[in-house]
Parts: sequence; structure tokens; C-alpha cells
Amino acid sequence: MPDLGIEVLFKGKNMLRLLGGLWTALRISLIAVVISIPLGILLGVLMTKKNRMLHAILRVYLEFIRIMPQMVLLFLVYFGTTRSFGWDLSGEVASIIVFVLWGTAEMSDLVRGALISIPKHQYESCEALGLSRTQTYLYVIIPQTIRRLIPLSINLITRMIKTTTLVLMIGVVEVLKVAQQIIEANRMNSPNAAFGIYLTIFLLYFLACWPISLLARHLEKKWR
Amino acid sequence: MGEPVLHIEHITKKYEDHTVLNDVNLTVHQGEVIVIIGPSGCGKSTLLRCINALEPIQGGEIRLEDKKIEAGSKELAAIRQKIGMVFQSYELFPHLTVLDNILLAPMKVQKRSREEVKKEALTLLDRVGLKDRADSYPRQLSGGQKQRVAIVRALCMHPEILLFDEVTAALDPEMVREVLDVMLDLASQGRTMLIVTHEMSFAKAVADRVIFLDGGKIAEEATPKEFFEHPKTERAKQFLNMFTFEDAKTQNTENE
Repeated sequence: MPDLGIEVLFKGKNMLRLLGGLWTALRISLIAVVISIPLGILLGVLMTKKNRMLHAILRVYLEFIRIMPQMVLLFLVYFGTTRSFGWDLSGEVASIIVFVLWGTAEMSDLVRGALISIPKHQYESCEALGLSRTQTYLYVIIPQTIRRLIPLSINLITRMIKTTTLVLMIGVVEVLKVAQQIIEANRMNSPNAAFGIYLTIFLLYFLACWPISLLARHLEKKWR
Repeated sequence: MGEPVLHIEHITKKYEDHTVLNDVNLTVHQGEVIVIIGPSGCGKSTLLRCINALEPIQGGEIRLEDKKIEAGSKELAAIRQKIGMVFQSYELFPHLTVLDNILLAPMKVQKRSREEVKKEALTLLDRVGLKDRADSYPRQLSGGQKQRVAIVRALCMHPEILLFDEVTAALDPEMVREVLDVMLDLASQGRTMLIVTHEMSFAKAVADRVIFLDGGKIAEEATPKEFFEHPKTERAKQFLNMFTFEDAKTQNTENE
């Protein structure tokens, strides 16, 4: 068997440091998810309203966030604001801001899509039964929207977790950065460590995202 | 004939410049079954939708007993409970079981107890042959079954009048019969019904009165016997002719 440099993991606190890095990545994405889901729902509902002005503003926001590579957004918020506004944001705060902006935009589009995919006849059928507007939303429209939304938003969450690997570019010491540090430090005595360490990271990300994917698939099947 | 229940007086419905219903008058009596037929785009479905205020009208008046039906009025929800409507595309709620589909409005709108409505729902489901499907989800049912559930859902609100908007138009031919049979059964119970349909032989069998709509106006109004055997207007004759086919083979032999 080729030397994969796995033994580096068991030197000192290396494994703990990697897990700590993973936690940083997960923390950024989880905080961002918790903030962007309600904001996204709010914006998504607003996007289905027929107010033109509002529509245009939200559209520009969504397209802007989508077109910009996440890395550019990170640089813009982290370095850009320091020079222009004199804000001293930590890397982690800047990352959370960017992930919230991105997550909210994507989430609002998912919510909008789920809402407009409910056929007009479902509303009419409620009206014909004498249900009030509130009852219509409460018992018929929202439950159906949520069923459509949950698998989609879970996928968004896994995408956000994976994309946190970019935050090392603005100096946040997350799992990939820790890995690089470990590999650098062991360059002389374990030159093959890169493979073993990156393989470990692959497994860590897999363990973090796979259960979430499974959950999404399960819900999709249950509520199809 | 019973007391008049529904009054439609001089109603006009326009979409921008296009007039869909033009001065339509109709009085529906208790226990009467009225079948509305006509070429597509003549306004038959729109007429039903106006009765339930799903479409606002631009002129005239619709009253159920003495209550005016108009979009946006406060009493609308109360009046709508008395008007049951069944749609072409069933429109069951996909996230609820058959039973919960039926129970939702009686429990939430009429505040009746679950036990009471459930008992009634099961009796009605039994009557349409679907008692064993009470816990199924709509996606597990065939089109004909869904439509029968939709009818039960409307019935459970104890409506005074039932509107059927082309309820068999989306069904496979072998499913049409089971739905029409349920409607015939309702007619024989003395329900007041307004039916828009393309099933001519069904119309003949179920109707007390046939309304022929053409270009947003009532072109002809007669008993089914009169209408189908001796239509008075040229338009009605043409329309009915579309449903009869000459026997191609006998024609050929005659030509030879």
C-alpha cells in the first residue's frame, strides 16, 4: 500500500484541529442558514406580490448575487468595506454576511417558485368551500409550499456548507486552512500527508452533508 | 316545481373589451336540474364561476334566495357555503387524505365537530363507493375516484345548490360513467343542480331544463325532450349535429 501520510493525523492535536476547522465551517454556514431562511421566505413572498418597484429591486438583488462569484463577494465585503467604510470586520463575520446575502437570495427564489407553482384552482377550490383567506393559506397553501420547499432548501444548505471552503481566502481558519497548515508543518517528515489529509477532509464533508441529503431524499419521497 | 332559489338577472361579464356574458337571465328553482350546454367559449363555465363570485360581474345581479352574491362582500363566505362547486380538474388538496379533504371546510368554516362530519363523510363516501379509500391520498386515486371525492367534499357542506363545471371533461372515457351515475343519484334525491357538460345523452337523462348558451346569451331554453328533438334555433341545430355521425358504410352503399 502506498504511503498516504495518514499517520500525520495522529500526531499531536492534528485530528482535533481538523475537527475544530470543520466546526468553524459548519458554524458559519449554520448561522447563515438560520438567518437566511426566514429572510428568504419573507423576500420570496414579497416577490409574488404585484408591486413593480419591489419586484425590480428584488430581481436586481437576486441577479447580482447570482452572477457574482462567491469569492468576489467575500473579497468585496472583507477587503472592500475596510477601505471604503473603515469597517473592521473579522473574517468570520464577513463570511456570515456574504453567506446570508447569498442564502437569502437563493432561498427567496425557491420560495417564490414554490408559491407560484401552487395552481390557481387550489385557491378557487378553497374559496368555493367558503374558506377565508387566512384559512386558505394556513391549511392549504402553506402546507403545500413547505412540502415543496423543504427538499429544495436542504439542498441549498448542503451547497452552503460546501461553499464555506472559500472563506479561507479571507483568512478564516476553517478545515481546509487547517489542513494546509498541517501539511506544511509536516512537509519534511511526511511528504505524502497531502493525500491522507485531503482524503480525511473529503470524509468529513461527506459525513456532514450526506445525512442532510438523505433527509432531503426521504422527505421528497414522502411528500411527492 | 319548487320555490325559486337562485336568481340571475341581466348579468354581464366582460374581460376588457370582450363580452363573455351578455344580459343573461335565469331563475333556478328548488330541486331543479339545469344543464347548460353550448359551443366552447360561449360562456358556460364563466356563468358558473360568476354564480360563485369567482369572477366579478360588470352588470346585473345574482341572488341566492334574497342574498346578493358579489365578489368582495362580507357575506360572501357565508353564501358560498350554500353553493357547492365541483371543478373539471377535481382540485382535491394533495397534502391531505381523502377524509381530511372532506372534513377541512365543515370543521374550519362551519365549526362542526370532527366526529359528526366524519360520520357523514363516511356515509357519503360509501354511497359513491369509496368508503375504503378514506385514508388514501389523492395521488393514489384514479381521476374518476378523485372527482367522486370532490363531489362528496362539496356535499358535506350541505349546499343548497350544486354547480358542476365540466366535471367529466378531464376523465378517461371509462371513468366518466361512474361520475355521471353519482350525479344522476343526486338528481334523483331532489338536489338543485346546475351542470355544464358536453355529455349529451347524460344531459338528456338528467335535466329538467336545458339552457343553450351561444355567444354569451341564452339562445334557447327548453325541456330536454324539446331541445334535443326539436331545437328551435339554427345554432342549436348545428351544435347538436356535431354530436351525431352518419354511418359511413351505409352512406357508401347508398351512393353506389
